[in-house]
Amino acid sequence: MTDSSGSPSQEWKDAYEASPLREGPFETMSGIPLDAVYGDAEFPGQFPYTRGIHASMYRSRFWTMRMFAGFGTAEDTNARFKELLRAGGTGLSTAFDMPTLMGRDSDDEWALGEVGRAGVAIDTLDDMTDLFADIDLGGVSTSMTINGPAAILFAMYVAVAENSGVDRSRLAGTLQNDVLKEYQAQKEYIFPPRPSMRLVTDVVSFTTEQMPRFNPISISGYHIREAGSTAAEELAFTLANGFAYVEAGVAAGLSVDEFAPRLSFFFNSHIDFFEEIGKFRAARRIWARWLSERYGAVDERSMKCRFHTQTAGVSLTAQQPEVNIARVAMQAMAAVLGGSQSLHTDSYDEALALPSEKAARIALRTQQVVAHESGVASVADPLGGSDYVEWMTNEMERQAEEIFAHLDDIGNGSILEGVYAGIDNGYFVGTIADSSYRFERAVNAGQRIIVGVNDFTDGSDDQTELLQIDQETENIQLKRLAETMQQRNDEIVEESLSVIRRAAADSSTNLVPPLIEAVRARATEGEIVHALTDIFGTYVEAAIV
Amino acid sequence: MSGDEADTADHPVRVVLAKLGLDGHDRGLKVVARMLRDGGCEVIYLGLRQSTESIIAAVEQEDADIIGLSMHNAGHLTLAPKMVKAVADAGLDVSVIVGGIIPDPDVKTLLDAGVAAVLGPGASSDEVVAIARSVSRR
Amino acid sequence: MDISDEVEAASAGSRRAIGRLLTRVERGERDLEALIHPRNQAQIIGLTGAPGVGKSTITGHLAARLARRGRVAVMAIDPSSPVSGGAILGDRIRMDSVLGEADVFIRSMATRGSEGGLSAAAPAAFRLLDAIGFDVIIVETVGVGQVEVDIAAAADTTVVVVTPGWGDAIQANKAGLLEVADVFVINKADRPGASDTRRDLELMLDLTATNDHSWRAPIVATIGTSAEGIEELIGAIDEHDTALEAQDLRGQRRRARTLLEVRSRVGLVVESRLDAALETEQISARIDSVAADGGDTLALVDALTELLFGFSDP
Repeated sequence: MTDSSGSPSQEWKDAYEASPLREGPFETMSGIPLDAVYGDAEFPGQFPYTRGIHASMYRSRFWTMRMFAGFGTAEDTNARFKELLRAGGTGLSTAFDMPTLMGRDSDDEWALGEVGRAGVAIDTLDDMTDLFADIDLGGVSTSMTINGPAAILFAMYVAVAENSGVDRSRLAGTLQNDVLKEYQAQKEYIFPPRPSMRLVTDVVSFTTEQMPRFNPISISGYHIREAGSTAAEELAFTLANGFAYVEAGVAAGLSVDEFAPRLSFFFNSHIDFFEEIGKFRAARRIWARWLSERYGAVDERSMKCRFHTQTAGVSLTAQQPEVNIARVAMQAMAAVLGGSQSLHTDSYDEALALPSEKAARIALRTQQVVAHESGVASVADPLGGSDYVEWMTNEMERQAEEIFAHLDDIGNGSILEGVYAGIDNGYFVGTIADSSYRFERAVNAGQRIIVGVNDFTDGSDDQTELLQIDQETENIQLKRLAETMQQRNDEIVEESLSVIRRAAADSSTNLVPPLIEAVRARATEGEIVHALTDIFGTYVEAAIV
Repeated sequence: MSGDEADTADHPVRVVLAKLGLDGHDRGLKVVARMLRDGGCEVIYLGLRQSTESIIAAVEQEDADIIGLSMHNAGHLTLAPKMVKAVADAGLDVSVIVGGIIPDPDVKTLLDAGVAAVLGPGASSDEVVAIARSVSRR
Repeated sequence: MDISDEVEAASAGSRRAIGRLLTRVERGERDLEALIHPRNQAQIIGLTGAPGVGKSTITGHLAARLARRGRVAVMAIDPSSPVSGGAILGDRIRMDSVLGEADVFIRSMATRGSEGGLSAAAPAAFRLLDAIGFDVIIVETVGVGQVEVDIAAAADTTVVVVTPGWGDAIQANKAGLLEVADVFVINKADRPGASDTRRDLELMLDLTATNDHSWRAPIVATIGTSAEGIEELIGAIDEHDTALEAQDLRGQRRRARTLLEVRSRVGLVVESRLDAALETEQISARIDSVAADGGDTLALVDALTELLFGFSDP
């Protein structure tokens, strides 16, 4: 696993020298010059990438400071997007409202009170067109956080781009599209696991053939951790899901190196500093080894675990919310020391409401302090070689391997089948519930202190200014939906939905092209979901408490 | 609280636990379910995406004493009073408890609307069980 | 509302009144007894199996279809925590999800710790539900633990659910489920190994003498998620019901339930007497002395038996 040829290996030096460098200075604030990496055992940018996926790490460029946005109507979010682009951003990150995430239209009875609240409301192609109006989709990268109905929103994105004259092959972005963790943690599922995986692999196949710049899945541990898992469980479940997608892609007829380079990850950065750093380092090592050894990848890009990180929303307290700024800063630091490719920092008021503008700005400023003032970005993997950090990395890996062995066992030699089995028998949900309850009891018993919650509570009664959401959004959106429904040709819509039903029933057909046709005909998201549930059925989880 | 110790032991407090609306965050609901179980209550766990109708139907059939609703991000000001009203309309004698992160001014609004108790984050196991017992009609 | 009003309302279909009455049954309230007039009409179906085999989904499908023929009640029984006495009862979720518009009454019950409690309450609940006009009662229990198996076995027809997979049939055998099965269900039959499980079951049935005369438990394959095989399961249950009728065995099953209830109730009384006796100063002191200095344990047992029953059994 290590290259023991003495201090900086030639291979690393060559790779470092070939990397572009951002403007320095690469010295301490007192003027001490710094090397790009220290140690002589392992090097960043080299298999198994424990120390980072690039030889130069943040000397080439900082991580992407990607902030999640989306609220109200498509027009509201469009205005926010344009501001971000004017301010020099190149990546758009879209949050959808709860009805959209659950495949329901804004006029669905379950949508009442939720339209446009926690994200943008999208019912038809017209909304998606408004969302990206006057934005050159060939020139930006868009991330869309949606899972159960991801394929439908993806179809809308392709259709919007092509209507504006941008060929689908030029589209860059990331679709979360990680359904497995929905059954394990986030619970925003619609169809049962296997048909959901069919939709995922259809998107993977489609992008592999036609959209080389698009990342079809962002494999997310974030929600697993938020649901209460331990760090090692977050690590293991997420990577196991990753292996499952690899196996599903291969089963769908793709070769590993065709699509694995476009798989990326999304982790949580929680409050236990060294545990998190060990987790991030272990993630890279495990992914590299498994992809190479078990799945036979030969392309280095397939073996590199690229990941986005978000600070732990669940660690934020409603009591004395300003203290959350300190928590977020430490979590951001752990993410950077752990080698994240991009980072979202939470706003201090998120435990109470959607972030206010001020809180969102402070969150971004926190990242900028880490990048520009702290100096931690000058040296790759600055904690590598510490006995403690190396031990923690190994320990994370050991615990994760135990979980992989269990899944491999219950899946009879297939991680994909093991993940299905674990969803079905309540293994994931039960394990997470156990861990969450263990933590809660420790807090209850005072064995774990949470500042402002169970100790140091002076000042916990202060009130914070919160963002209020306007009820008008819902009315506007309902009107917009009614207009679209009136202007479209219902016969064409019906025909397109029948085509979807037929395609859903035939697993050899890729569903993406019929989805694109249906959204073009202005079928609503809810109608398409209904057509699919006619064939796929719906999922209801067992009560594993 | 009513009934002596033996009475409570023989006839555990029965709590219907559920989440209204589309939101899928069930971590808090599950923790409370276990706290109540470990405090000797019987929890009828309905879980995610319930309607006031499905909750009322369960309460009637299960002869429950308490409805426990978990709330995450907004919604509590519309959904919780809707539940209280549904209970009243059905003529049922059950208490509604709301758990979740509820800003202080809203806590008062909810209590005024007929919610029996509001449990914030950090409520201990003992508090949860004590509140369940105190608002139970048994 | 007094109890007789409640019984009247329950007979007229009030879910709330039925709910209340079942609580009274669970509490063992005596006043209720005089108001229960058995019809002996309800068909009682027991459904049991290991955790995670999909019992609730099967029960839901079964209930939904049987509701087309009459009034259906489901009793879903889950274990109480032996430590706290509390319980988490989660069977409604999966049942509700497959019931659709069907009008089915569902009650979740906890075993409530003590051996006798539930085995007394469950047959009493059957009697109540029969008396107030239910045509079918499905009782679902986790097939681990003697009480749970006893209750399922006291039904008119006992359905044992297993899933494909190595050793599942063997596990069922160990838990004593094989002997009590009138019908077997292999659920999740689309999984690999279903035919192996069927073969294992057939083999075990070949080796086990069946107690119900000529009846050999049929094996039905189901897929809970799509309701496949449910009609066939109903067919098998009906067939067993016809066989019971033909051989005049329904009374025997009813007797088994009466026996279970009576035995459990008496057991409860004896148990509480025994507990009280063990706490008396006299007995407690003798236990201390036997424990400390040695002494005749059996003589102490005789003394206790004498105290409880007025005689000892040497």
